Amino acid sequence: MSAASYNFAYLDEQSKRMIRRAILKAIAIPGYQVPFASREMPMPYGWGTGGIQVTAAILGPDDVLKVIDQGSDDTTNAVSIRAFFAKVADVKTTTATADATVIQTRHRVPETPLSDRQILVYQVPIPEPLRFLEPRETETRRLHALADYGLMHVKLYEDIAHHGHIATAYAYPVMVAGRYLMDPSPVPKFDNPKIGGCAALQLFGAGREKRIYAIPPYTRVVSLDFADYPFERYRQQGTCALCGADDTFLDEVVTDDKGGRMFICSDSDYCEKRRETASAKERPHD
Amino acid sequence: MTDDAPLLSVRGVTKWYGRRLGCRDVGFDLYPGEVIAIVGESGSGKSTLLRLLTRQADIDAGTVSYRMRDGSLRDLSALTDAERAVLRRTDWGFVHQDASFGLRMSVSAGGNIGERLMSAGARHYGDIRAEAARWLARVEIDQARIDDTPDTFSGGMRQRLQIACSLVTGPRLIFMDEPTGGLDVSVQARILDLLRGLVVDLGLSALIVTHDLGVARLLSHRIMVMKAGEVIESGLTDRVLDDPREPYTQLLVSSILPA
Repeated sequence: MSAASYNFAYLDEQSKRMIRRAILKAIAIPGYQVPFASREMPMPYGWGTGGIQVTAAILGPDDVLKVIDQGSDDTTNAVSIRAFFAKVADVKTTTATADATVIQTRHRVPETPLSDRQILVYQVPIPEPLRFLEPRETETRRLHALADYGLMHVKLYEDIAHHGHIATAYAYPVMVAGRYLMDPSPVPKFDNPKIGGCAALQLFGAGREKRIYAIPPYTRVVSLDFADYPFERYRQQGTCALCGADDTFLDEVVTDDKGGRMFICSDSDYCEKRRETASAKERPHD
Repeated sequence: MTDDAPLLSVRGVTKWYGRRLGCRDVGFDLYPGEVIAIVGESGSGKSTLLRLLTRQADIDAGTVSYRMRDGSLRDLSALTDAERAVLRRTDWGFVHQDASFGLRMSVSAGGNIGERLMSAGARHYGDIRAEAARWLARVEIDQARIDDTPDTFSGGMRQRLQIACSLVTGPRLIFMDEPTGGLDVSVQARILDLLRGLVVDLGLSALIVTHDLGVARLLSHRIMVMKAGEVIESGLTDRVLDDPREPYTQLLVSSILPA
């Protein structure tokens, strides 16, 4: 089937309008999970169907799309989703964070600071931060309505009681604009400080769970903690073996079966840009 | 607030489950520092009444008013859900017969006690933990068990933990539904002793639903006897138990097995 037989960005216009209405409501109530009529997408749940529907609804012909998965532009998921939109929306794609207008992401916030001309779209597996503490959806909705969030602190209390520190390393719960408790999707807690006060609009789509939520630009986002156990960013102690960065989130890569390993930046674009800049300095006449 | 103003004022409370009566025209006043026992056989509407008073179910007729900390008497039906939720987690305590209703069985004892504190805004781990340890000691649970979950606790310990969880925010009113049901006699005696001490020390008001007249005699000042959804007799505990007027009450009192 040729790409021409698809509507622009795969979804029909009515579906896109429905999703845009959910997005507008989500932006109006920062951190609140807005139900939406999630559509079947030509890929399984868990591959980012929520993020893809949000991206499809906001994408325009002039947009430049970047897709990352765990910070990387070249994993199967990222490559497939980028190819999908190149085919069904004929938009330009890029791997450079600074060049993109829409960035769909799974599990990371780019290292390069985002601007107010960009939108970050997160793929969300489970939007409800209280789900594993309170399995009943009716009850979690009531807790959100009453802003009754003691339960989330119980989780953090248990972490400290059992591990001596807050052991939650990803999907670290945040309060958005002083009102709604929100799961920032499974990004490492290293990325939490980048979510608050961010210049870019941040949209979160959960396809299977049929929820959309949002953080408008420059919104106050606070990671939950205790006065005597404050929130701490976490990264592997080490520097990137490729670009030498010592302030980025690192992936541990096993290099052989004799215990050999190295750390490299999880954000592949950021790492590449740093290496390009470094080599340009070393060889100014090349 | 003076002690002659009721803490909880109940008037004409009625509840139907379809055509089946839950309870009819129940009315009483509970004063600060007073303990009232609601007794009666299974199915007499005791637990229904407790659910109605705590607004876990809607009432069909009548009013339940509660004196807030500012001294004003407020109709619970007129409060918002949020206000009622605040009452439930700060000013009221609950001790259920089945501890799994009142406790999170997979959360440590310290976490269970801490939940109400954290809901009320406590954000200092060390303080929360110290308060939890203090309450464990107060209800006579070994402080070394603070990080153990209640599903590793005995039935008696679970009830003690529920009591600690309810009292940690300094409530004024505590609702108990068969607090010693299903426990053996010696454990019952120690828990009743503990409850009696706490009620006196903290000046708590309490409503206790029980079918055990021994529990009622030990803990309560006044007693209400329910049968088929209606209060058939009420009065001072000693008066009702020693000189029952209604035939049904006489039957209840005479049914106690001699120890």
